[in-house]
Amino acid sequence: MTGVSPAVVSASKLGLTFQTNDGPVQALSNVDLTIGKGEFVSFIGPSGCGKTTLLRVIADLEKPTSGSISVNGMTPEQARQSRAYGYVFQAAALYPWRTIERNVALPLEIMGLSRAEQAARIKRTLDLVNLSGFEKKYPWQLSGGMQQRASIARALAFDADLLLMDEPFGALDEIVRDHLNEQLLELWERTNKTICFVTHSIPEAVYLSTRIVVMSPRPGRVSDVIESTLPKKRPLDIRETPEFLAIAARVRDGLRAGHSYDD
Amino acid sequence: MSSILSLSSITPRSWQGYAALVLLAGALLLWPLVSATPGYGMATTVLIFILLLVAIEADNFPPMIGVVLLFLGAHGAAWMLLAGITGNEGSARASFYLLLVAAWFLAWRCVTVLSSFRPTSRWASTALRLIIPAIFGAWILIIWEAVTRGAGIPFILLPPPSAIGARIVGSLPVLGADVRQTIFKAVIFGYVAGSSAGFLVAIAADRVPFLRRGLLPIGNMVSALPIIGVAPIMVMWFGFDWQSKAAVVIIMTFFPMLVNTVAGLAASGHMERDLMRTYASSYWQTLFKLRLPAAAPFIFNALKINSTLALIGAIVAEFFGTPVVGMGFRISTEVGRMNIDMVWAEIAVAALAGSVFYGVVALFERAVTFWHPSVRGG
Repeated sequence: MTGVSPAVVSASKLGLTFQTNDGPVQALSNVDLTIGKGEFVSFIGPSGCGKTTLLRVIADLEKPTSGSISVNGMTPEQARQSRAYGYVFQAAALYPWRTIERNVALPLEIMGLSRAEQAARIKRTLDLVNLSGFEKKYPWQLSGGMQQRASIARALAFDADLLLMDEPFGALDEIVRDHLNEQLLELWERTNKTICFVTHSIPEAVYLSTRIVVMSPRPGRVSDVIESTLPKKRPLDIRETPEFLAIAARVRDGLRAGHSYDD
Repeated sequence: MSSILSLSSITPRSWQGYAALVLLAGALLLWPLVSATPGYGMATTVLIFILLLVAIEADNFPPMIGVVLLFLGAHGAAWMLLAGITGNEGSARASFYLLLVAAWFLAWRCVTVLSSFRPTSRWASTALRLIIPAIFGAWILIIWEAVTRGAGIPFILLPPPSAIGARIVGSLPVLGADVRQTIFKAVIFGYVAGSSAGFLVAIAADRVPFLRRGLLPIGNMVSALPIIGVAPIMVMWFGFDWQSKAAVVIIMTFFPMLVNTVAGLAASGHMERDLMRTYASSYWQTLFKLRLPAAAPFIFNALKINSTLALIGAIVAEFFGTPVVGMGFRISTEVGRMNIDMVWAEIAVAALAGSVFYGVVALFERAVTFWHPSVRGG
């Protein structure tokens, strides 16, 4: 593929309706979105706004019921089959019978990499998330923050260009979360990956993203897209600058506009 | 008597000690121990009292020495009581039982002191973990022995453990042949075949939905078949030898494994399965790398249930026709010949074999499911 690289994710008029016992629920409606290579896009919104569902559609864990979506120029299913993305879940979901290094090796084993190649990649990705020295530990011997870092290492291990993260730091305390946010930014800068990041924290979304997609519920839809004007290099104290606060205020306004408080 | 003289200076430190002291006084009042002649010799009686008094006094020594004195006193006295009953069977008087209970209380005190020890070294804590249940088990045998022989309970109703032990030692070749026939042939083969079949069918049912809907109800029905009804039919189908018993064991072990494996395969979480999906993992990769490890606790549960079921199945099946060897055959024929000690010997061997079988499976379980919260402890 030469010339202009196509959008990593491109959705148009995307809709998804779940059939439940209480009737159909519109989880996504009319979502138009294009994510370019190297972007860090956050999806923010109240619960039920479809942000996780959208991420799962990109990952081919849910099938859309209307509209179209392509990932790396392919259907989501083809993209999944070609291992185009790494997915980080809300919980670490490490397998307790495997050590940290064997957990990171899991996708590599499935993809049939050689032992030597596996070892090299395990070492590299564990270095990347600062978990060197914990290779032989079992997940239940590590703290929640370290477990989540190991799960990020697992998503990075097979070197997909797209990283899908579903509230990865939602269950962690604020101190650990700040630290991991910083590390994630550093990692994004170094690897130049495209990251889609679901969160319900405004500061986290503003701090991390190049673009913030604000979503609102009933039906789940995109209500605003905010381009960040922050520089690529972001120390933690950028969060006290007027520029940061201005973007945060816009996100908050977007959330308020999309959310009906009358119920 | 020296024991009476020292009685005034004895000071127990526990309620078991006080109770033992009271029982000792009672035993002295209700003299003698047995109504028969020759009865207990004077030296033996005095020694029993001294041993018990030493054990009562033991709490006044440092704990390490005290526990040894307690152990030796209580069990020495019990041993002498049991040894002295020979020739006086069935003539024990209240005094005999009071002394026995006193010794039992002191053994109880011994276990209490042992339980309070907090050993630092590994081997000491292992030894402690073994010795406490050993003392407990020994006292079941001691009381059984003392009551059956002291009260002269008819042999047919309940033989004393010493007679059962003597029978085991005297019939080792017969017992060995029975174990070979029943356990090493019927049980092991049936257990392995039945458990494997249940496991493989569970995987097939997981893979093919129509099997799941069709097979599980039939499997359920098979498990409800009464073994008493099935065993004679299996003997007709597969002959008198161990093959028909193995068939009964297969029927009994198949269903627990099937149900547990099916439940275990559903035990992995949604997130873990989604994760495998994001890797575009194949059915078999997901099965071996996620679902079977997650099902391991369920599968081992079935293996443990089956280890006891298999033994019961094989022994009961032998009641319905067998060559002249086998544990079930021996039990049914020796009952008819009133050789109750042989029946008890078979029961003891079966209990031992069943425990070892279960223990081995449990050890494997600990090694394989070390990661499970129930094994790693939180």
